[in-house]
Amino acid sequence: METIKLVYPVDGGDLIEAGEASSKMKLTLKRLGLPPDVIRRASICMYEGEINMVIHADGGEAQVEVGMDEITIRMTDTGPGIPDVDQAMKEGFSTAGPTARELGFGAGMGLPNMKRYADELAIETEVGRGTVVTMKLKIPS
Amino acid sequence: MTVKALSDALSLTVFTLPDPDRAVSGGYSGDLLSWVMGRAGENHAWLTIMSNQNVAAVALMADLACVILTEGVTPDEDLLRRAGEQMINLLGTASPTFEAALALGEQLK
Ligand SMILES: Nc1ncnc2c1ncn2[C@@H]1O[C@H](COP(=O)(O)OP(=O)(O)O)[C@@H](O)[C@H]1O
Ligand SMILES: [Mg+2]
Repeated sequence: METIKLVYPVDGGDLIEAGEASSKMKLTLKRLGLPPDVIRRASICMYEGEINMVIHADGGEAQVEVGMDEITIRMTDTGPGIPDVDQAMKEGFSTAGPTARELGFGAGMGLPNMKRYADELAIETEVGRGTVVTMKLKIPS
Repeated sequence: MTVKALSDALSLTVFTLPDPDRAVSGGYSGDLLSWVMGRAGENHAWLTIMSNQNVAAVALMADLACVILTEGVTPDEDLLRRAGEQMINLLGTASPTFEAALALGEQLK
């Protein structure tokens, strides 16, 4: 199988509608016949990333590459950046506002979930410029 | 047991049941969406009082068997629509979350 590249824009405007990119990716991974466990983990990682881009960064873009033995999800935004990544990674740390919390977001568990479910997580971020979150998941053969 | 069998056994309200034969293997209760994605297992029944459409997205991403809205909560219109579209089983009960979890546990014994 050749590497398949998918690109999904994430609209920053609407938290209620968020999840479209993740839903589409999940459908595509199913069509490709990948193992259910890796699809589940990739979907949760992508959804957490998508929600973060909507809540914290006014949207962005997700690029997904599906190769022979690995899925790479790269989520890029031009939002405010993360001043202290170690602090952001802590379970329970959140700067989410009341609107997000009312909907059930803002538990400060998004980045920890990504770390838990991805085989590799890398965060490149610069305050005032934006954030790139890259997650890699191995596809078991 | 299947979601349909569980729904019948507990006399749950059926909001939408697009995937009735789906197997239920356990349960998780919580209203913070990231906790659910971090802790609920595949094919679990999810007990919650959250009723907005992100509930359907979470159930989809985490491969949950069904959502059971407890405490008499009803889904908002968008959740109902999205659950139908995304093949998410959406049920309800007037029971408090704790009682509903006990009843679910009995069925899964
Ligand atoms: N893409 C992003 N842009 C800016 N800040 C972010 C981004 N993603 C995460 N953060 C910061 O990291 C914190 C922790 O993120 P997360 O663990 O997903 O929890 P939550 O989204 O519930 O706040 C956020 O509250 C926010 O301050
Ligand atoms: Mg988050």
